Amino acid sequence: MTSKLDDVLNFHQTALNLRSHRQQLLAGNIANADTPNFKARDIDFSGALQGALSARSGNPVMARTSPRHLGSANENPGGAQVLYRAPHQPSIDGNTVDMNTERAQFADNAIHYEANLTFISGQIKTLLAAIQG
Amino acid sequence: MSLFNVFDIAGSAMAAQSQRLNVVASNLSNADSATSSTGQPYRARQVVFSTAQVSPQGASGVRVADVIDDPSPMKQVYEPKHPLANAEGYVTMPNVNVVEEMVNMISASRSYQTNVEMMNTAKTLLLKTLTIGQ
Repeated sequence: MTSKLDDVLNFHQTALNLRSHRQQLLAGNIANADTPNFKARDIDFSGALQGALSARSGNPVMARTSPRHLGSANENPGGAQVLYRAPHQPSIDGNTVDMNTERAQFADNAIHYEANLTFISGQIKTLLAAIQG
Repeated sequence: MSLFNVFDIAGSAMAAQSQRLNVVASNLSNADSATSSTGQPYRARQVVFSTAQVSPQGASGVRVADVIDDPSPMKQVYEPKHPLANAEGYVTMPNVNVVEEMVNMISASRSYQTNVEMMNTAKTLLLKTLTIGQ
């Protein structure tokens, strides 16, 4: 029974984890808008979400027995691979942060995060209604 | 919880930008300081930003790696009556480019503003997260 409850909330929990991870990456990009040679980074959200969901259903993650072992790609929340953004208008100091893109993505990600919160709250309410009758 | 890292990232960027603003203020106010405690005219300073790791998962904040003396040449102003004028009547004035500094100031304040907004967004998201299931 508990595993069924887990399954209900699993999707949105995974999505929320990935969203907060992405929010952090985008925050780093915006913060480094004036740092020379900084390369903007992001994750492919839909790919990462699919990867994370399939990882939950049984993809093995390598155990690390020493802190000096290299982490596998599945180490990040949901195995999200952090990629570099292709710059539209590269600047001469080697910085690839495009403020418009980053801020738009940041706002977009925040709204999606809130949407996920709304969905997860709705699901909990549904479950409570089913339990309490 | 990665959202907490947004505070660290935005905070480090705000600290770096405010230091940049400080340097701009110093440059602008000393734009005409022909001498200083060392006897040399004031030299413009510039901050150098670099990334600073705040979490092991890839996102990074900002730190001021160094504050360097601007290498551009000093201004020579013809003012024979000035007490610091040399034999030809020229006074060495600071190499502060006022226009550049004003642009720097606007850029720094806008970046600071963006980081404040980022922090507010993260705060809203975290507060909403606390209301899950209510």
